[in-house]
Amino acid sequence: MAVDETQFHVLAVDDSVIDRKLIERLLKTSSFQVTTVDSGSKALEFLGLNDGNDNDEDVGVNLIITDYCMPGMTGYDLLRRIKKSSCLRDIPVVIMSSENIPSRINRCLEDGAQDFFLKPLQLSDVNKLRPHLMRT
Amino acid sequence: MDLVQLQRQLVDYKTSLYNEGFLDEQFTQLQELQDENNPDFVVEVVSLFFEDSERLLNELTKALEQQSVDFKRVDAHVHQLKGSSSSIGAQRVQKVCIAFRNYCEEQNIEGCVKCLQQVRHEYSLVKTKLESMFQLQQQILSAGGSIPM
Repeated sequence: MAVDETQFHVLAVDDSVIDRKLIERLLKTSSFQVTTVDSGSKALEFLGLNDGNDNDEDVGVNLIITDYCMPGMTGYDLLRRIKKSSCLRDIPVVIMSSENIPSRINRCLEDGAQDFFLKPLQLSDVNKLRPHLMRT
Repeated sequence: MDLVQLQRQLVDYKTSLYNEGFLDEQFTQLQELQDENNPDFVVEVVSLFFEDSERLLNELTKALEQQSVDFKRVDAHVHQLKGSSSSIGAQRVQKVCIAFRNYCEEQNIEGCVKCLQQVRHEYSLVKTKLESMFQLQQQILSAGGSIPM
């Protein structure tokens, strides 16, 4: 009987060094492979979108989890960029925020975010990620 | 003091930190993420919090000393401090940050200056207490004991 040993790769985006460490530990505890970056632009760079062109590189990311409030590119801006890209748009995006603002939450969900979590992130939130994951 | 007494002292100390509102449930979550493979996780996250907070407190001091205070900038720093204190469970620091943000919104300089003093005070208290707690933990480990959770 074959056991599925695929380890899912999550890209976590957060400008807070504390939150990056926390998210990384939460994700690794749940057996995800994790890459953390501190900005939306670094996320796009990692995903192969750095020069505004779509690189057809398979970067092997199964889910992106991003903070909403970040200087420069917000999590919402990042979501929009990803959904506009033909090779990245199918990667599920989850947004996190410390602020419970219904209009913000709704806008993100309407524009393609799979889910929205309030910070600080809990293990129970991470457990909700598996159904959203994309198999590459 | 023998090992059992040290362990008792640690449990009592931790309990008091929760009872006095210095720490909340989020700190418990952090401890639950620590294991044999990541034995220093809590100390590492808390150390990052100390570094980051000190940076933010300095930025806040500078920002509030300006002739013409940029309240958006002040608010941005407080927002960060509120976020990080919430992430580690430093409840009293987080609460002052909430009041601080309200004063920023009102562009109330006196209120902001008062909150900065308060947040510095709360930060320094929780830092001292966490450092004492880590020291106690280290004493227990050095005596060959394990940390009661």
